[in-house]
Amino acid sequence: MSAEPQFSSERAGDAVRLALRGAWTIDAGRAVERAADGLVEAARGARLAVFDFSGVDRLDTAGAWLIDRARVSIEATGAQNRIDRAESQYKTLLQEAGWRAFESHPDRRTDTVMDFLVDVGHNVVYAGRDIAKGVSFLGESVVALTRAILRPHDFRATSIFYHLENFALRSVPIILLINFLVGGIVAQQGIFQLRYFGAETFAVDLIGILILRELGVLLTSIMIAGRTGSAITAEVGSMKMREEIDALKVMGVSPMQALVAPRLIALIVALPLLTFLANMAAIGGGLLVSWVYGGLSPEAFMSRLQTAIGFNTFMVGMIKAPFMALVIGIIAAMEGMAVHGSAESLGRQVTASVVKSIFMVIVIDGLFAMFFAAIDY
Amino acid sequence: MSRTTSSNDAGRETVIKVRDLVVGFGDKIIMNGLNLDVFRGEVLGFVGGSGMGKSVLMRTILGLVPKRAGKIEVFGRDLDTLTEAEEHAVHRRFGVMFQQGALFSGLTVKQNVQAPMREYLDISQRLMDELALLKIELVGLRPDAADKFPSELSGGMIKRAALARALALDPDLVFLDEPTSGLDPIGAADFDELIQTLQHTLGLTVFMVTHDLDSLYAICDRIAALADRKVIAAGPMETMLASEHPWLRAYFHGKRGRMISPPQASAG
Repeated sequence: MSAEPQFSSERAGDAVRLALRGAWTIDAGRAVERAADGLVEAARGARLAVFDFSGVDRLDTAGAWLIDRARVSIEATGAQNRIDRAESQYKTLLQEAGWRAFESHPDRRTDTVMDFLVDVGHNVVYAGRDIAKGVSFLGESVVALTRAILRPHDFRATSIFYHLENFALRSVPIILLINFLVGGIVAQQGIFQLRYFGAETFAVDLIGILILRELGVLLTSIMIAGRTGSAITAEVGSMKMREEIDALKVMGVSPMQALVAPRLIALIVALPLLTFLANMAAIGGGLLVSWVYGGLSPEAFMSRLQTAIGFNTFMVGMIKAPFMALVIGIIAAMEGMAVHGSAESLGRQVTASVVKSIFMVIVIDGLFAMFFAAIDY
Repeated sequence: MSRTTSSNDAGRETVIKVRDLVVGFGDKIIMNGLNLDVFRGEVLGFVGGSGMGKSVLMRTILGLVPKRAGKIEVFGRDLDTLTEAEEHAVHRRFGVMFQQGALFSGLTVKQNVQAPMREYLDISQRLMDELALLKIELVGLRPDAADKFPSELSGGMIKRAALARALALDPDLVFLDEPTSGLDPIGAADFDELIQTLQHTLGLTVFMVTHDLDSLYAICDRIAALADRKVIAAGPMETMLASEHPWLRAYFHGKRGRMISPPQASAG
């Protein structure tokens, strides 16, 4: 609807008259930029440049900026300049949105190799600090837990039961389901592969040992790291973000004791219970698949299982569970406490919490495997 | 009666025209038969108690909250009848500053100001950089704030950065949601002055939701008051002070109102 930004130039001796016309607004996009560059071009060699605003329909800050930028460029060539027939609001605009030099901020050095090395260095330092922080947090948690045991009247029973319901009871269906399925899958693969050697019945040994020693506790821990660890980080983190943690401290309540200890205790109680259920569900899944797919009757499965596993097989898995819980709880609470200020920091810490705790769960599982092999358990 | 236009307003161009607006959430009716006019080139202060729906009206005009009945015209166009492209063109002329700033947290201040430019315009990167820095300077931020992220800014700086973004496209109509809330009195006075300067320079029409009596006295040409789900009064400060409505009396003649009201106004 508005006319394109244009101008016409008239030379009279050393002077040039630049008659601006149309709408010098940002909507014109590159056209207004070209027109402004044209102004400088048209005034080249002139001693006096007169900007005539009488034909300007509209002007905004972008137009004013570009015209003034052109004016300054013309001035830099040594030419005089003058603004003519500008309405008062255009004059104000030219003044307020006039050209000024912005000190340029050069982009930071982008040396890929150097940046990579710097990144690696940073990460090593951060990883080291993380371990130190984790150990100190573990110490604080132990103090808080001991205090909870020594002074039972401070013991937050309601809080623990509330978290037990959240962490344990509400996780039961999903834990049962995934372990049932994984038990079934292990059984199917075991039977299928061992059939070549005519050793289908050994699939039961495979199921029993693999699930009780490793898979049950590992799957449960990973599930809990994702489900409960993230919830703990988010809860503690949002309390940190909204200064609730500071409010607790000011009231003389230790956040370690009020927030972290109950969650840790609930988690340490919950994870072995869930692991037990997970083991049973997985063996149930294995039994069902052996029966339907392998043609092994439940009675035969049970008697085979009894000879295949001992009490120690069961205990290897169960012993690991509380340690997994401790690691998940400590990492989750620590990451929650590390939240500061903004919501994106909360998101970042929740991600970090889940990734770190799953990683640590697997590392610890490996350490236990070596330990049990060494003591021949 | 909810008469919102007085006779001397005739002949001025209406930028926003709200008629018989009904807005509600669930069973709760927030606005019922609300009428309001905003004229070109004025600063309209919109007041009302907490939770009465001041921001809701702003959000309804912006199309963020659905209305149940009534008509909203902006720049003389009925918002209900617009095609998507026309609506885009109308929104192009809006600048909105949300209460908490609503700066994109993943972008620096400069990138925030450039975000609407990238969306709507085809201009060179150089001009975009220059315009962003210009806007940042116009709202009174130091140039080194341009490369900071919102999380590194103080409350006052966030408000200024949000205003810079609202002004990025040289809008005709600027919505400000409690621009001075959370600022110290000096910062708030500076901000009032800034809005007034920009309004004069850029010829803006400003729709300002506010609680701040100082702002109302200092920069608002007209005030509209929301109570009982309607605009109960609209007009310059004298109209407000002369009103007999109990809520308005409490608002403008309360302890805090009396403290700031200039003597000639309180005489009226």
